[in-house]
Amino acid sequence: MSNNWEMVIGLEVHAQLNTSSKLFSSSPNQFGSEPNENVNFIDSGMPGMLPVMNFACIEMAIKTGFALNFNINEYSVFERKNYFYPDLPQGYQISQFEFPILTEGFINIDNEGNQKKIRIERAHLEQDAGKSIHDIDPKFSFIDLNRVGTPLLEIVSYPDLSSAEEAVSYMSSLRQILMYIDVCDGNMQEGSLRADVNLSVRKIGGELGTRCEIKNLNSFKFIRQAIEYEFKRQIDVIESGGKIEQNTMLFDTSTGETRAMRSKEFSHDYRYFPDPDLLPVNLTQDQIDKVKTSVGELPQAKLDKFINDYNVDKNIAKIITVEKQNAILFEKMISETDVKPKFIAAWLVGDIFAFIKENNLEVSSLNEKTKEITDLLKLVSDDIISNKAGKEILPKVLNGQGKPSDIVKELGLEQVSDSGELEKIIDEALIGEEENISKFQGGSDRVLGYFVGKCLKATKGKGNPKLINKILLERLKK
Amino acid sequence: MKSSISQIKDSLRDKKISVEELYDEFLIKAKSSKTNSFNLLLDKENNILSIKESQKRYENGNPLPLDGIPLGIKDLFCTKGIRTTASSKILSNFTPNYESFVTQKLLDDGSIFIGKNNCDEFAMGSSNETSFFGPVKNPWKNKNVPTDDLVPGGSSGGSAAAVAEGTCVASMGTDTGGSIRQPASLCGIVGLKPTFGSCSRWGIVAFASSLDQAGPLTNSVEDAALILNSINKHDFNDSTSSNHVREDYFIGINDKLDQKIKIGIPSDYLKDVSGDILSQIENTKKALIKHNVEFVDVEFKTTEYALSTYYILAPAEASSNLARYDGIRYGVREDGKSLDDIYLNSRTKGFGDEVTRRILIGAYVLSAGYYDAYYRQAQKVRRLIKDDFQRIFNDVDFILTPTTPNEAFKMGDKLDPISMYKNDIYTVPTSLAGLPGISIPSGLSTNGLPLGIQFIGNYFEEKKLLQIAALAEKELNFNEQ
Repeated sequence: MSNNWEMVIGLEVHAQLNTSSKLFSSSPNQFGSEPNENVNFIDSGMPGMLPVMNFACIEMAIKTGFALNFNINEYSVFERKNYFYPDLPQGYQISQFEFPILTEGFINIDNEGNQKKIRIERAHLEQDAGKSIHDIDPKFSFIDLNRVGTPLLEIVSYPDLSSAEEAVSYMSSLRQILMYIDVCDGNMQEGSLRADVNLSVRKIGGELGTRCEIKNLNSFKFIRQAIEYEFKRQIDVIESGGKIEQNTMLFDTSTGETRAMRSKEFSHDYRYFPDPDLLPVNLTQDQIDKVKTSVGELPQAKLDKFINDYNVDKNIAKIITVEKQNAILFEKMISETDVKPKFIAAWLVGDIFAFIKENNLEVSSLNEKTKEITDLLKLVSDDIISNKAGKEILPKVLNGQGKPSDIVKELGLEQVSDSGELEKIIDEALIGEEENISKFQGGSDRVLGYFVGKCLKATKGKGNPKLINKILLERLKK
Repeated sequence: MKSSISQIKDSLRDKKISVEELYDEFLIKAKSSKTNSFNLLLDKENNILSIKESQKRYENGNPLPLDGIPLGIKDLFCTKGIRTTASSKILSNFTPNYESFVTQKLLDDGSIFIGKNNCDEFAMGSSNETSFFGPVKNPWKNKNVPTDDLVPGGSSGGSAAAVAEGTCVASMGTDTGGSIRQPASLCGIVGLKPTFGSCSRWGIVAFASSLDQAGPLTNSVEDAALILNSINKHDFNDSTSSNHVREDYFIGINDKLDQKIKIGIPSDYLKDVSGDILSQIENTKKALIKHNVEFVDVEFKTTEYALSTYYILAPAEASSNLARYDGIRYGVREDGKSLDDIYLNSRTKGFGDEVTRRILIGAYVLSAGYYDAYYRQAQKVRRLIKDDFQRIFNDVDFILTPTTPNEAFKMGDKLDPISMYKNDIYTVPTSLAGLPGISIPSGLSTNGLPLGIQFIGNYFEEKKLLQIAALAEKELNFNEQ
């Protein structure tokens, strides 16, 4: 395989909107219920049932429009996409086609430290289908209609992505933003967010090739694997004299391979037409503007703020802004204390996140405990207790075993910062050390560490190391 | 002459008859009828509770607007716990667990359903000959060929025949391209299609969503107004339901016209019609002219396109609306070796010829490569037809037309679909425009068969429309002819 090939990728991302009810019915929109529990007469396509638009979905689309720099269209139309399948009770999916609610957006993705602008062609609202289950029984297939009518926002990028890394970076930025603005829970395993990858190959800078579409990838790993495999497969086909057929592909997660599901010849004619049961969506500028205030700060803005205004290290700031709940926790702590944000940030991504991970907690569960945490961090940053003591107490504080100051007292972890007391200890420690003292005075700095250690030991570790250092230096320089 | 709803209510109030006796009377008649106008009749036991409650309300002196009135319901309305088939094999075993909006309103107002009226399969037809349950016979006979069985019109043919022969006081029908007005005309009764968006479509088996509209088939304009009062309500569950303020259509229906009324007669509609039809219009003119009514000639520019527009748009919507009848979740399933076979067998055997024909036409006009030439073009023409009506309504209050180009014809006579489709030539333009139209019986043909005239009003002007229709009804005095 020669190496002068490049790939051209576009992503169609389906994001389930986390509304409380479905796009066109009042059934609950939730994952994990008993099969066919969240199904009403509309969802099951009973005769004479009519869809009624859930305006919360429109508001979420508008919100997404602001977050992804889209044109938000005042006029959009729901159409019917007609095809037969047992998990599609109406015999058509209600979707937007000719007039989508969002057009021409973009986001900037981070690719090895460089920013790249990825243009997004459109995003439209549509119904999800149900689930067909073929592997429970050898003779029967089962249908679960719970997912029928779940609101989806399909976000279609331009073919601006040129590597698996970029595709993953784009997908994760999208996920991050959608979670920030609280329109999608981002749970890829449960299918709340999934991607179809359109990929073609060409000689570098050459003419675009024929694309294949790999359907329904629900993890970053699968997206990466599918792209890498499909890239090689297409090059192999071309280099061995073949032609790429415009196929719809499935990705086999067990083998990491793609295989053709159907060719364009057998592609459906969906016979789209405006759904006569629904009126076109006509939004006023007022309705659109009203949503704007609910968008909130986006991840990039937060990152910039943490780095520039709070002096947080870039890498630490990135970790904090990955998920909105991290940022919320961080900002809440900052607002409640005068401890430096940089100091808090380091503790947050260190011991606090470690505690969360160990105990399998939600980050947001700590929102109620920020006062205790910042009280503790204040004790550390004010040298009332040592860093080491702070780390020791943190789990107790997070487990709700008491106020930090009480725990410190109870365990006797308060540092000795009384200079009189420390001078006495230091003076005692220096007795009989004439040889080492003269070594120090002769220029051997190494001895200082020895003395600090000796003094700390004498305080049973509770002496304030900074203060000990300071007094020692005064004594030794005499 | 048959009693009106008001007269029946008076008899019930005056204890000349009980609600139960009334029900019995109609049920016995319906059971012995040979018109095949019901797909299902409800025995008294099914309704005994409602009958007793209704009787109690009469005894307490607080009857509801339609209390105790036995109604027929076209078998296109979903009725809770009562089989609803759309006169199709594919739904022949279907019993909904919900009540359509419109029939619920009728129940709320005290009426009692005597049964489900036969109709064309999925309301597709103009003669009620496409029903899985067999054709409906018109109770009227051609006096010159009395042995012939005649069609009642369609698709609400069972509703029209039942009201005409007196096996229910009134019936709820639906009208997509004339399905209330045309059978009403051929059976000599009143049929009202309200403005699109007046009466909720929720719970009505859909044929063509942008055209379907429920309405009453009755013995009189007054009865139509009374029923319209019950069913004309805004419904949040139908996105195309209008939320305009509704009037009382019954009160003042016989008031004298206080203003000069101008009625347009489209000259192009009358070009090739028979003398029988022409005389209906002439008689109506004569009857109304003394009531401060002025008649003017008007001319449509779009008439010739209406039928082809309708036969693109209605099948297009139907092809999609009927996709849900796949044999998977409910209805009749025909087994097969594969999923595709199940679909193919269930739908091939479940749908009759006319329904299949319209699904195929609909799928064709929506398919890639044909959409622009057919569906999109038809949508544009529909807009022009609406504009055409508005242009004419700038100058007139109503439009008067024949309801149908001919009297009731012999069963099996119109075998080719095109000549059948032409039966709707006067009703289809109104449907495409979404305007209200009412057919009232105006006279008899030389064969002694009823003929109807249609008044078309502007959007949501049912109150005025019913007033002019009531006046014409009184003057033409069809029931005494």
